[in-house]
Amino acid sequence: MYRSYVMVCGGPNCALSVEKQGKLAEEFEIQIKMAGLRKEVQVMKGGCLGLCSSGPNVAIFPEGTIYSHVQTQDVAEIVSEHLLKGRRVSRLLYDENEATSTQRSLEETAFYQKQLRIALRNCGVIDPQNIDEYIARDGYAALEKVLTTMTPDQVIETVLASGLRGRGGAGFPTGLKWKFASGNRGKVQKYVCCNADEGDPGAFMDRSVLEGDPHSVIEAMAIAGYAIGADHGYVYVRAEYPIAVKHLQIALDQARSYGLLGENIFGSGFHFDLEIKLGAGAFVCGEETALMTSIEGKRGEPRPRPPFPAVKGLFQQPTILNNVETYANICPIILKGAEWFSSIGSEKSKGTKVFALGGKIKNTGLVEVPMGTTLRTIIEEIGGGIPNGKKFKAAQTGGPSGGCIPAEHIDTPIDYDNLASIGTMMGSGGLIVMDEDTCMVDIAKFFLEFTVDESCGKCTPCRVGTKRLLELLNKITEGRGTMEDLDRIEELASFIKENSLCGLGQTAPNPVLSTLRYFRDEYVEHIEHKHCPAGVCKALLTYSIDPVKCRGCTICAQNCPAGAIIGSAKNPHKIDVNKCIKCGSCLEKCRFGAIQRG
Amino acid sequence: MKKTSVPIYGTKEQTQALLDWLEENREMPGVALPALQKAQEIYGYVPREVQQIIADFLNKPLTEIYGVATFYSQFNLEPKGRNRISVCLGTACYIKGSNRIYQLLQEKLGVEDGGCTADGRFSLDACRCLGCCGMAPVMMVNDDVYGNLTGEELDAILAKYQ
Repeated sequence: MYRSYVMVCGGPNCALSVEKQGKLAEEFEIQIKMAGLRKEVQVMKGGCLGLCSSGPNVAIFPEGTIYSHVQTQDVAEIVSEHLLKGRRVSRLLYDENEATSTQRSLEETAFYQKQLRIALRNCGVIDPQNIDEYIARDGYAALEKVLTTMTPDQVIETVLASGLRGRGGAGFPTGLKWKFASGNRGKVQKYVCCNADEGDPGAFMDRSVLEGDPHSVIEAMAIAGYAIGADHGYVYVRAEYPIAVKHLQIALDQARSYGLLGENIFGSGFHFDLEIKLGAGAFVCGEETALMTSIEGKRGEPRPRPPFPAVKGLFQQPTILNNVETYANICPIILKGAEWFSSIGSEKSKGTKVFALGGKIKNTGLVEVPMGTTLRTIIEEIGGGIPNGKKFKAAQTGGPSGGCIPAEHIDTPIDYDNLASIGTMMGSGGLIVMDEDTCMVDIAKFFLEFTVDESCGKCTPCRVGTKRLLELLNKITEGRGTMEDLDRIEELASFIKENSLCGLGQTAPNPVLSTLRYFRDEYVEHIEHKHCPAGVCKALLTYSIDPVKCRGCTICAQNCPAGAIIGSAKNPHKIDVNKCIKCGSCLEKCRFGAIQRG
Repeated sequence: MKKTSVPIYGTKEQTQALLDWLEENREMPGVALPALQKAQEIYGYVPREVQQIIADFLNKPLTEIYGVATFYSQFNLEPKGRNRISVCLGTACYIKGSNRIYQLLQEKLGVEDGGCTADGRFSLDACRCLGCCGMAPVMMVNDDVYGNLTGEELDAILAKYQ
């Protein structure tokens, strides 16, 4: 045991590279050694603390003090002041308001107070590369409990009673999925799969769990294996997450050497082992049947259901597939009971949900809140609001399959059903905040470009339909749209939704339909007045110089890449609209606010 | 602007390394995808010749291997530069202006999407999400991540890589 632990956050936003986390940790080791504290203080490289905007972060336990924006040159001061003398270094303390100098520990900050960390319980708290630390936090106790005191059916009943629903997007009850695959235990080969192909742009919760707490997923998969009668599992991870793969591999090796994976686990006669399969960059592989086809080494194309994977999945055998965050909830449910879990959250959505908070918000990062928390709480209290005094316009959830939540619905309690009723979806948990400078037509176009690119091409409604839909949006953002195009968009969108083979196509029109539902006037403005209110759609913008404000400083002319600004020093300048490429660099450079964009 | 090809010919050692791996993993279920990943790790890209080696060894038609290689965005059928730049065009980055960063890089390097500079020093790609949404906009050069980009620092970053 050590007196104190120094946890250097290794989340993707803090460390920026493994190297930098290593350097910071190394500097702590050196300074601690020099201070003669080597036997009292341990340095660890942890997972994501969730406070991404103030990184690199360092947490000191047991007191839970967080230091932000820590550079190697700050380390000596933290060691000599905090660890040696017990005085916090106030200039480096994490402070969400950055105006007061109140000392805060992890639990005291508003960022954490509104949160309830179940799936992220160990992230940033333990060293993910050390199985002993996981075990010290009740790790593998759930597996032991299951194998020694519960029948497989009791496990399924517990998960069912907890009300846990899939965290990957669609929200299907996890216990039910397991139940469907539970027949013929021991008679047929079955598989347990984990979907860690987090392809939704703007979501990084699965990455953080795998990097910060890989054992929680491994343990839960073994429990799932016991429940349905499977002895083999696959974790399908994006190749873009090398650190997650590395931590998972280390965790697998350690679990095997402890006898927690492999033959006869806990002397119960239950065998289970896992393999990692690397994805290769195809968004559609997040769809369950496509993911399994990809594990089989083929083009990751989806196939029609039924048969459902619980009947015929991987290698034609009964298979269950759950998302990383879903698995991360399993062990606490087993240990604390279904009743405890179902007491958290809203009526039909139990437990918590992790969101990756990004976009135009002050505290970008990873947050876990009880289901039913309002968007306002997440954005204003946890997220710290919109930076630069701008106005909140909408939040996007569900990525390319989801929609937006406009300001009028900011008080909606977030759960699966409420989100569906306002035309979006939970998705995997990316929550992108947009302010008044975001053009909703452009955002719809952005997501559609994504789905056009990622459509696998197997079925026509998705392959051709999304492309035609994108062309209609392009027409509008380029000022060639007509009001009839809006009707055409709605008609085509509902056709694509109804006729596509898999979830990708069925949800692809959602970002368009959702923005059209809440921001129709913005579409109309693009069409009727050839004007982009947010000033984003390039083809509709014109730049001009206000001759009253212009001092003739020539800065804009010097910076114009197209040579489109004419005028002599000390005299008002003019923009030649025929030469202007609308790059906006004059607007950025002008110190007198003389450039107008309209 | 065009996608410049830089010749990187496979060596005997590279081919042997691939064949050894195939021999070792012959029995792995669904081996085609990991085989292509291994090949890309060895050669840096998977041109037709390399796909043919895999197809011959696994006794599968080339079309099947080609089908897998072209399905997944991870595989490069063209060689890449010594330094690989990927600009994140994921949602969080896009909203914070990564599109402009991508444009600037295209202009600075004189290549388009997916292209490689004539001297083989840089290749430029867009990518979907690096999972660093807290630091948006973000780009990666090889294994280094650069966040909170404004565009002004690009020259200094590029100068670090030869």
